[in-house]
Amino acid sequence: MPRFSLLCALLLACLTILAPQARADVSAPLARLALDEFAETAKAVDEIAASGDAQAQAILEALGSARLFVDPATKAVYRRAANGDAFAAATGARVPAPPAGLQTVRVNNRLRGAIQNAVGALTLMSPDPARRRAAAESVFRSRDASVLAPLEAALKAEKDPGVAQLFAQARAAVLVAAPDSSNEVRIDAIGVLRARADINAIAALRSLPAKADASAKSLADDAVAAIEQRLRLLSHAQNVWYGLSLGSVLLLAAIGLAITFGVMGVINMAHGEMVMLGAYATFMVQEAFRAYAPAWFDFSLPVALPLAFLFTGLVGVAIERGIIRFLYGRPLETLLATWGVSLILQQAVRTVFGPTNREVGAPSYMAGAFDFFGLSVTWGRMWIIVFTLVVFVSLLLALKHTSLGLHMRAVTQNRRMAAAMGIRTPWVDAMTFGLGSGLAGVAGVALSQIDNVSPNLGQSYIIDSFMVVVFGGVGNLWGALVSAFALGVANKFLEPLAGAVLAKILILVLLILFIQKRPRGLFALKGRAVEA
Amino acid sequence: MIIRHLFARFDRAGLLFMLIVGAAAVLVPLSNLLLPTASPFHVPTHVVSLVGKYLCYAILALSLDLVWGYCGILSLGHGAFFALGGYAMGMYLMRQIGPRGVYANPLLPDFMVFLNWKELPWFWYGFDMFPFAAAMVFLAPGVLAFLFGWLTFRSRVTGVYLSIITQAMTYALLLAFFRNDMGFGGNNGLTDFKDILGFNIQAQGTRLALFSATAVALVLCYVLARWMVTTAFGKVLIAVRDAESRSRFLGYRVEHYKLVAFTVSAAMAGLAGALYVPQVGIINPSEFSPANSIEAVIWVAVGGRGTLVGAALGAVLVNFLKTWFTTGMLAPYWLFLLGALFIGVTLALPKGIVGAVHEWSDKRRARRKAAAPAPQPAEQGT
Repeated sequence: MPRFSLLCALLLACLTILAPQARADVSAPLARLALDEFAETAKAVDEIAASGDAQAQAILEALGSARLFVDPATKAVYRRAANGDAFAAATGARVPAPPAGLQTVRVNNRLRGAIQNAVGALTLMSPDPARRRAAAESVFRSRDASVLAPLEAALKAEKDPGVAQLFAQARAAVLVAAPDSSNEVRIDAIGVLRARADINAIAALRSLPAKADASAKSLADDAVAAIEQRLRLLSHAQNVWYGLSLGSVLLLAAIGLAITFGVMGVINMAHGEMVMLGAYATFMVQEAFRAYAPAWFDFSLPVALPLAFLFTGLVGVAIERGIIRFLYGRPLETLLATWGVSLILQQAVRTVFGPTNREVGAPSYMAGAFDFFGLSVTWGRMWIIVFTLVVFVSLLLALKHTSLGLHMRAVTQNRRMAAAMGIRTPWVDAMTFGLGSGLAGVAGVALSQIDNVSPNLGQSYIIDSFMVVVFGGVGNLWGALVSAFALGVANKFLEPLAGAVLAKILILVLLILFIQKRPRGLFALKGRAVEA
Repeated sequence: MIIRHLFARFDRAGLLFMLIVGAAAVLVPLSNLLLPTASPFHVPTHVVSLVGKYLCYAILALSLDLVWGYCGILSLGHGAFFALGGYAMGMYLMRQIGPRGVYANPLLPDFMVFLNWKELPWFWYGFDMFPFAAAMVFLAPGVLAFLFGWLTFRSRVTGVYLSIITQAMTYALLLAFFRNDMGFGGNNGLTDFKDILGFNIQAQGTRLALFSATAVALVLCYVLARWMVTTAFGKVLIAVRDAESRSRFLGYRVEHYKLVAFTVSAAMAGLAGALYVPQVGIINPSEFSPANSIEAVIWVAVGGRGTLVGAALGAVLVNFLKTWFTTGMLAPYWLFLLGALFIGVTLALPKGIVGAVHEWSDKRRARRKAAAPAPQPAEQGT
């Protein structure tokens, strides 16, 4: 007989160990709720919050928003979701046909406050880290002293260091704002907030009660000043970053023009359309990937790059052979003829692909952002800057270290002498123009990632591109680099002061004035070649 | 005496041109009014307005030819001067609406009431008076051109650089006029005009009068331009076009000559815009778009740069083609044709239609001269 009781005790112990989550049952507090008396409901709320039951949060939220019901006949408790579906409160099982005559469990204002705090505390213990983060942020902003106890409990239990830090910051915000915190506690808390250093931390520091100790006050003021300083620096850094990003786009769009206009002296108004063709080539490649190899979609851009280069390069060679070679020495006529080419290309693309935007997808490595000392940096912009610099450096190397580059420079400097040395100048012209157009196509691949791919894509870049080349000094790749980044950064610094459109207008006006001072750009070629 | 002096300045093509445009100024309204609708010579009112629009473009082309054909300044921003003149006229017409607008505000145009503005911006004062508005039609583009030209010509910005910054100028203005805060109606521009000088702007009589006024303005502009390019002043302009440095070394203040030509040309473009707006009934910022200015250049190129008559002819011809193409089934092909026109004219017809005709008649004369060497009177320069 004692053996049997021992067995029973063991079995009971096993059960308790096997079900550690069911710390306490919610059936007792639910029975209290069924009485529908305020005093009993208040007790029930505390008990449910303490129970740790999986249904606790749902029950409390339903109670707070008057969606908890009692069946007067059976005293069973039901809750309804916002869409009207009914559930059994104790188990969370869906009840397809709840009994008729359900009565709402009533709450008053005092109860509502208690419920809110209980829910907040429960969310702090939620198994989902994203919800815990959100709860910490909401406590940080509300600075509600009543959640302090559950917050501290949550802080102790927290395993995730990132969430623990948020909890600590929220606790600090509550402690700074609480009227009855001791001075030492406050000073510690101010330190924590100072380390957080964002705009919300400033708000929390400003909530320091007026009767706080002078030492705490001066510390808080210091912290606010330090954070503001940091935020100012950060916003400048952000502007510089955006400016570099815009500059790289400008450089990318202009770099082909720096070859055709800068080196050859050809005003290629169809340059923007070459960019557009590059973007459409990307679209075609991506369509092919979508149709035949969706799993390899991430490789669509690396595949599109050489194809776009070759395609637009060939179009460029065709334009040079067909039109531009008859117009050397007549720059204004070249301008008009290439404008005609640009109209035809635009309309051709419109006829083939339609006038609407075409969707070009972003591969996985272009999506998302990462945090860099408080700066949010998107991968797409990041890769475009890197890509621009790679294109720039390879172009420099190609001009310096390949035989085509050598021939190009020779023809630019002295066409007749180059011809006398046996260089086939017409061929070099065609290749140079092809190279410039191909670079525009490569730019189109990158720009398809950040701009709408439509027949008008090129139009939006052509004037900016000319500005970059003219500002930098014609015939000078480094000038184009400096001017693109200078224009980009200047634009982004003017934007917060004057608005986006006015900033652009200002930049244009400044450029027009700048050309008066230095008619041949920042880094002008010197010597006799200038007048030629 | 003066008339004979004046007549001596015109070649045969010029006289013919003035005769045709002058006759149109009289005959087109008469045919519209007097002939029955069924008559083959009757000109319907909408055609009168359409041709009136072409004549405005012809004035713009004329002004462009004055600087491009005779001074070598390829302005890709003449559309801006055209639009400024148009806006000056548009502001006058807006003020004429008075309390008849949708919001019935006696002072503020509708778009200002819509934007919740309380008072008229300072630059709208005076536009209720026609003489003031008419002066601004010339002054607004003229002053802009003077400042722009004074800066650029002084620092010897020439050739394609000049073209590119004129394009930047019109692009900047385009962006500026698109802004609602500028006080020029933003995106929608100025429209819903009611009357001009007290006459209903929709009425047949007003439309005919506007047509005649445009034709007369075209003749006057031609006379002015022709006078400018055939005097000693014009000879210097041509010298600047052909050899700028040499003219400078000969002692001419090149930038002054260019500045005068550029400013007069801009004012002329402003007049064209001012006549254009009441005939089409709207002015909006898209008139500033760089593409419009480049299109005006192709009119001049098609007709023949440096011929004046050719510029006007090219404007009418290209715009007639445009209307013909864009109203029918051929609409999607218009840009192909326009693009081909740009390429074809620069490659095959660098002197334009009038230039080609001149060349051909010169050749024929030379051949006849070779056949029968008789003394021929020297033809006036083209």
